[in-house]
Amino acid sequence: MTQTRIDRRFKACADAGRPALVTFITAGDPDLDTSQAILNALPAAGADVIELGMPFSDPMAEGIPIQLANQRALAAGQTMEKTLDMVRAFRKQDQETPIILMGYYNPIYVRDPVKFVQIAKDAGVDGLIIVDIPAEADDELCIPALDAGLNFIRLATPTTDDKRLPAVLANTSGFVYYVSVTGITGADIADTGRVADAVNRIKGHTDLPVAVGFGVKTAEQAAVIGKDADGVVVGSVLVNAIRDSLDETGKATDRTVQAVADVVAGLAAGCDRARRS
Amino acid sequence: MNEMANSIRTGPDDRGHFGIFGGRYVAETLMPLILDLEQHYNDAKNDPAFHAEIEDLNKHYTGRPSPLYFAERLTEELGGAKVYFKRDELNHTGSHKINNCLGQILLAKRMGKTRIIAETGAGQHGVATATVCARFGLPCVVYMGKTDVERQKPNVFRMKLLGAEIVPVTAGAGTLKDAMNEALRDWVTNVDDTYYLIGTAAGPHPYPEMVRDFQSVIGKELREQMMEAEGRLPDALVAAVGGGSNAIGLFHPFLDDKNIKMYGVEAGGRGLQGEEHCASLTAGKPGVLHGNRTYLLQNDDGQILEGHSISAGLDYPGIGPEHSWLKEIGRVEYVPIMDTEALEAFQMLTRVEGIIPALEPAHALAYVTKLAPRMDKDQIIVMNLCGRGDKDVFAVGEMLGFDL
Repeated sequence: MTQTRIDRRFKACADAGRPALVTFITAGDPDLDTSQAILNALPAAGADVIELGMPFSDPMAEGIPIQLANQRALAAGQTMEKTLDMVRAFRKQDQETPIILMGYYNPIYVRDPVKFVQIAKDAGVDGLIIVDIPAEADDELCIPALDAGLNFIRLATPTTDDKRLPAVLANTSGFVYYVSVTGITGADIADTGRVADAVNRIKGHTDLPVAVGFGVKTAEQAAVIGKDADGVVVGSVLVNAIRDSLDETGKATDRTVQAVADVVAGLAAGCDRARRS
Repeated sequence: MNEMANSIRTGPDDRGHFGIFGGRYVAETLMPLILDLEQHYNDAKNDPAFHAEIEDLNKHYTGRPSPLYFAERLTEELGGAKVYFKRDELNHTGSHKINNCLGQILLAKRMGKTRIIAETGAGQHGVATATVCARFGLPCVVYMGKTDVERQKPNVFRMKLLGAEIVPVTAGAGTLKDAMNEALRDWVTNVDDTYYLIGTAAGPHPYPEMVRDFQSVIGKELREQMMEAEGRLPDALVAAVGGGSNAIGLFHPFLDDKNIKMYGVEAGGRGLQGEEHCASLTAGKPGVLHGNRTYLLQNDDGQILEGHSISAGLDYPGIGPEHSWLKEIGRVEYVPIMDTEALEAFQMLTRVEGIIPALEPAHALAYVTKLAPRMDKDQIIVMNLCGRGDKDVFAVGEMLGFDL
């Protein structure tokens, strides 16, 4: 496969001697316009790669913060078409920052996966992370996505042992997303030493960059995890910043966009420190 | 072509598919656990000792075989086919749910698991799970939507008496699908010691197959009992479908008996025009949720709808994947019954036969009252009376305007 925006961005970060900061927000949270403004503000705040969550009614792998973000977005009328429109609008201002759509299979399945991956590619999407479609079902979505020129980023977890890892990595491209805990998003990372061991174990099986997510909340954690990982994924802490900025009726305020940008800037500083000590 | 090639009882395939339905759509964290479960289930299936232990518990703990009962007065009243009931409402804990729970708890023990989790809607599966956990001395956590906790208080108390911890789920609308999401979140967090005891023939492979196998005791017993009672097999089988476990347990042993018609009765709620029903097969479309591809109630954006039924046990926007396949190949006919029709059937059975049914089989019965008069008097219908109505008495009382 030719170099993708994701490949180029991870290489640029590696060349700069730091892990990539991968930021997750839910599309349409808390409303379409505010979410677009947050998305557009992410690169300048320090995001290297963007994961844009496709809202789903039943986000089984998410903790409370991202569950609520999904509910806020759907309540505000978010749909897959609007999410793709957000990507199209973003691409008018930014041609370099990779966007990965992250979410669950059903909203893609009902649209026909083969058609969907082409529409997503044309909208300016670079990759997909779909939580509930394992390697065993690669023929349904992963292969069509690769054929359309999208990266398909697979999750590896603490339960993915060395025997299973090759199957999980087989069609993975862009990077490998290591889930730092057995659990849901926003959980607490118990032991950063074990995360480092796992990252290095995965690197023994692949040349792809390895990013670590689920539970990274602070710049300090980003700095520690970023010593070994090629990327640090943050999500719950950003959607919590959105939630905390809302008024009592749950509407966005003039603080909302800046609140997210501030958290991203702090985490980016943590990534910058990762390899300096 | 040999007999096996013509059989429709051989599914699922080795990846858990019934046609395009079923499969294993779960997060990577759970994949190794599900593969491990499949391995252990396949071992157990081939172990005579495992079957012997289930049979012993079925007989002495549950009270199986459940009787086959000829509903003479109802038959007269309907004036058509002879109506029999397979009386799984007489089981310990009051429904067919115990059949599955006993099988799975024995499997959990074989696997060395030390903690059991389950989801429940009406509370029947929660009660059955809490019961087998008490029987085998294992801690039990039951996830139950907050809305259901409030409307099913007697079952919540039963589960607590049995020693289970009840976790009310506030996410979403606080009903069965949200409880299932939360149980999956627990499982993905507690991967080493925890066994997820799913209550219906849905979820990722091997659950649909496994639950069906444990529930098939219903149809297997019926075959023998029917031969004894009438010297022949029935002409039609009728069962309520929520997730579909009692129906698949009744149907599966007869799927290759091509002359037997089968009807799965869905909750039509307040009518199929709006969103206030749970008729996933009649009014939904294929999608992927909770680990399997199956018919789902969903909108055009692929968001899952909540659905509605007078019966909390049918209040699920999905359906077991084997039913989706049986619908597609035309082997089973799925029909909706409205809330009001189920409520009428509930009262009718109570008056005519002295049996208070649960609201779930009351749906099946409402369809029997339409079907029987259209059939000849020498034909036979068997309906699975899958649960007793004690749990519904208060809710029905309220609907009928009694001050309880």
